[in-house]
Amino acid sequence: MKRMTMIFRSKANTALDRAEDPRQTLDYSYQKQLELLQKVRRGVADVATSRKRVELQMTQLEQQGNKLHDQAQQGLANNREDLAREALTRRSGLQQQISELQTQHANLQAEEEKLTLASRRLQTKVESFRTRKETIKATYTAAEAQTKINEAFTGISEEMGDVGLAVQRAEDKTAQMQARAGAVDELIASGALEDVTASPGDDIARELDALSAGTSVDAELAAMKNQLGSGSPAPAIEARDSDSAAVETPARETKPEGQA
Amino acid sequence: MIVRILGEGQLTVADEHLDDLNALDGDVERAITAGDEAAFAIALPALLDAVRAHGVPVPDEELVDSDLILPPSDATLAEVAEMLGEEGLIPG
Repeated sequence: MKRMTMIFRSKANTALDRAEDPRQTLDYSYQKQLELLQKVRRGVADVATSRKRVELQMTQLEQQGNKLHDQAQQGLANNREDLAREALTRRSGLQQQISELQTQHANLQAEEEKLTLASRRLQTKVESFRTRKETIKATYTAAEAQTKINEAFTGISEEMGDVGLAVQRAEDKTAQMQARAGAVDELIASGALEDVTASPGDDIARELDALSAGTSVDAELAAMKNQLGSGSPAPAIEARDSDSAAVETPARETKPEGQA
Repeated sequence: MIVRILGEGQLTVADEHLDDLNALDGDVERAITAGDEAAFAIALPALLDAVRAHGVPVPDEELVDSDLILPPSDATLAEVAEMLGEEGLIPG
């Protein structure tokens, strides 16, 4: 345990012994503290932006997933298990993407919470430091101040080191995730992802459309045949009926295959 | 004793828990020395959990230096090894 202690200590306690009036180091440090506070707040905002972006992507992918699910049902209803299978296969690919995004989302949320707490903590500590600083400046001469100043820095340098590190880590993580999110956005935009989802989904949709168009044509034809059958003189109809049936059937069968 | 978990803040831990924590810290160090990722993934959270369980958070307005500083919970073995290695405490 002792070992781990020393490491960060040495990093934190630098940046003093510079100003001619040691009391100025208090102002200098306070300035740095405020800057760090700004940086943490920007950090929180950046993480939140990334989180929202991932949320948007999840919604988009879920919508595509729902569409594929509907198409699978439609396929089954039309006795096209092959189409249904294809749609569900693509959907499971999407599902994987979504669960990766869910992991990212949870990480970002945890990071956001951590930084929000760090920001609140630092703000309170900076306020404590400001009070000490003002007391020292009001009470001690430059010559007397040194020990008091060293005391004033107790804790705040370490806190700044910690928060600085936390912001850095959050930035690294969000940069990684933004790169990945950028890749997903690009995939959605370029249609490359649609090869796995939407565009093949469109193929499925087209086939289903053709299928339902086919059935409605069949239904129409059947209705027409019935009408003709009940209205006109027998011989002429019988001839026409068998004629048209001979033409219709092959036409009906080749149509969907030609489109598939 | 005041312990800081990086990224989380400071906790006051009673000295009576020191032996327990040292044992857990030993696990972390052994995992790092052995380069054993699996052991490290168990040992570091165990150490931090024990500190959290025994510790009382230091109030935000208090400004105190820590007696101990521990790595953040999401630190990798390589990162902690580097933190220790910078001081040359663990050879290699």
